[in-house]
Amino acid sequence: MTPTMTNPTLFSVEGMVGVVFLVMVALTLTGAVIACNSVRLVRSVAGLILCFVGVAGLYFFLNSPFIAMMQILIYVGAVAVTIAFAIMLAAPEQKKKLGPMGPLAGPLGFATAALLSGSLAVLVWRTDWPVREKINDGSVKNIGIQLLTDHMMVFELISLVLLIAILGALVIARGGREG
Amino acid sequence: MAILNLYNELSTFLILGALLFGIGIYGIVTRRTLIGMLIAAELILAGASLNFMAFNRFAAADPVTGQVFTLFIMAVAAAEAAIGLSIVIAVYRHYKSIDAEDTVHLKG
Repeated sequence: MTPTMTNPTLFSVEGMVGVVFLVMVALTLTGAVIACNSVRLVRSVAGLILCFVGVAGLYFFLNSPFIAMMQILIYVGAVAVTIAFAIMLAAPEQKKKLGPMGPLAGPLGFATAALLSGSLAVLVWRTDWPVREKINDGSVKNIGIQLLTDHMMVFELISLVLLIAILGALVIARGGREG
Repeated sequence: MAILNLYNELSTFLILGALLFGIGIYGIVTRRTLIGMLIAAELILAGASLNFMAFNRFAAADPVTGQVFTLFIMAVAAAEAAIGLSIVIAVYRHYKSIDAEDTVHLKG
């Protein structure tokens, strides 16, 4: 549980774990870049799926296989498939070419993003985060117990939010349909 | 090989979260279609959840709280995707386009 400061060699177990971690990081960043830069929306959904699988791997490294499973179930299984369906229903197959964005939009957007993430990274680097002693192990059993005791309100609110979202999505998407 | 030990550092995950956030902001600013913007917003949410999970693993006293929070973010993201995509479909039915610059009238 405690972070160790050893330097593993490449062909030890710890070294291979480190290699898997680097692969997950590469998956996440590659997927994110594909999702934001590809011209076709279908490819960008594929990049999004890649990115989410990588993030699920990172959650495994953060000691929570439950959240990793939920990530794959909810994001890859539900959200990405929903977006893919919406593209099939609404994307006009490149019939109408999108006009030019203006010459400054790309560089300015990149500068904004670089400034934001760069300043966040510097902030992370300079801050000395306080570390507390763990009071439980964060296992699935503990999550279940706390979801039904301390975080009861969250648990109920999730179901309410999802119910309202389903009803709202139905109402919005039905309106204006002929027949 | 200190690079193989990166997964035991809090700042690795925080910087990854910041990078995901930055890529998502870039996507939102530069994308023209509504669905593309929605995809970029999902990236931003993924970066935020990664931050929560990193603090949960390395700094928090109770390692359940961050996981519950991430679960809540996932549910809200699913709701946001459902509502957003149904709005996109309604807009497409009306304007026959999902370009963000075509949808300039509030009243259909």
